[in-house]
Amino acid sequence: MKRQIPLIIVITLGFMFVAHTFIPHKASVAFYDWWVSWSKAISPFAVILGIMSLTMVHGTKISRKAPNWQYSALTLFALVFTGASGFIWGTSEGTPFMWLFKNVQMPMGSTMFSLLAFHIASAAYKAFRARSAEATVLLIAAIIVMLGQVPLGMAISKWIPETSSWILNVPNLAAKRGIALGVGLGMTATSLKILLGIERTYLGGGD
Amino acid sequence: MFETISNLIAAFLTLCIFSFLYKDNPFYKFAEALFIGVSMGYAIPLVYENAFLPFVYQPIFLQGKLIILIPSLMGVLYIFRFSRNLSWLSRYPIVFGMGIVGMGVPMSMHSSVLVQMRSAMLPLDNINTALIFIGTVTILLYFFFSKEHKGVYGKFTNVGVWYMMIGFGASFGYTVMARISLLIGRIQFLLGDVLGLIK
Repeated sequence: MKRQIPLIIVITLGFMFVAHTFIPHKASVAFYDWWVSWSKAISPFAVILGIMSLTMVHGTKISRKAPNWQYSALTLFALVFTGASGFIWGTSEGTPFMWLFKNVQMPMGSTMFSLLAFHIASAAYKAFRARSAEATVLLIAAIIVMLGQVPLGMAISKWIPETSSWILNVPNLAAKRGIALGVGLGMTATSLKILLGIERTYLGGGD
Repeated sequence: MFETISNLIAAFLTLCIFSFLYKDNPFYKFAEALFIGVSMGYAIPLVYENAFLPFVYQPIFLQGKLIILIPSLMGVLYIFRFSRNLSWLSRYPIVFGMGIVGMGVPMSMHSSVLVQMRSAMLPLDNINTALIFIGTVTILLYFFFSKEHKGVYGKFTNVGVWYMMIGFGASFGYTVMARISLLIGRIQFLLGDVLGLIK
């Protein structure tokens, strides 16, 4: 029963949602509003799961004095300090909470993502070393699209921005459309598997 | 003075992250640990203010909608995810959200399949429309694995591969541009806001 009841809930709600999509009745709208209000009430508690997971992973490292456990202590300190600063001083502009966001979280977040520019350059070099016709086509398309977006491309030749635009509007569109059709069919098949109780991995392990 | 100190702290943390380009080191590990903690800590008060107060506290305690106690208690069941004996209780908040897949069947069929098919079925009155049609069909043939990609069929699927490579190249180019613009932003911060070398 520990697995059957949740499965019955998914199948019942799932078919009610299918009906809601096709039947524009006020009862159907009321069902949807009820589901949204309940989901919104459930969602904040998911954060507790995240906090518990982070605390357990790093707490275990600290208690076992695992290698580099000091960094785990720093993570937990930053978690508690940032969270507490939001509750004590508020989250509006000019508070310590916003200072942490502007001078700690935001600069590190954008730097972390900008590191990807170097990793992507390294990946491009490796792809170029593969010397296959497909890898060459990929890189040529990438170079033309990149040059087409900056003034340098126009300075080299007026054909570069035009070719870049053609790549985006013709072969790229065909590729995206073909992939979108495959993704759409895959999503439909997976949703049907969940709806019919064939796919049950979301229930997790155990009895 | 306060702004200068703030900028210096942000610059130090930026350089700590960039130090990873040399190799993994204590400065990067320090910044990484701090980043994870601050990011998670940042989410807690925001979720409390934007989700807990308006959708749980206010309906129950200010509007007297006691029925909201049921989903709230269901949300609390998430905690049992880490319990060996009671983890089955955490399935209830998960399956309540999973019910939306029923809506996903007709919606994904409509938005990703029917709309795309309608856009693909245009009169082949110019070379670009014909090229898009050929590309879409050959890519779909490539993803049809019930027939071996050999002979004439293999040549068609190969055309699909070339179309996809051009598409991936375009996406790759856009991703590089986005990351480079972030990098430019960080360099402008270091050289402009911190060192005052550029205006």
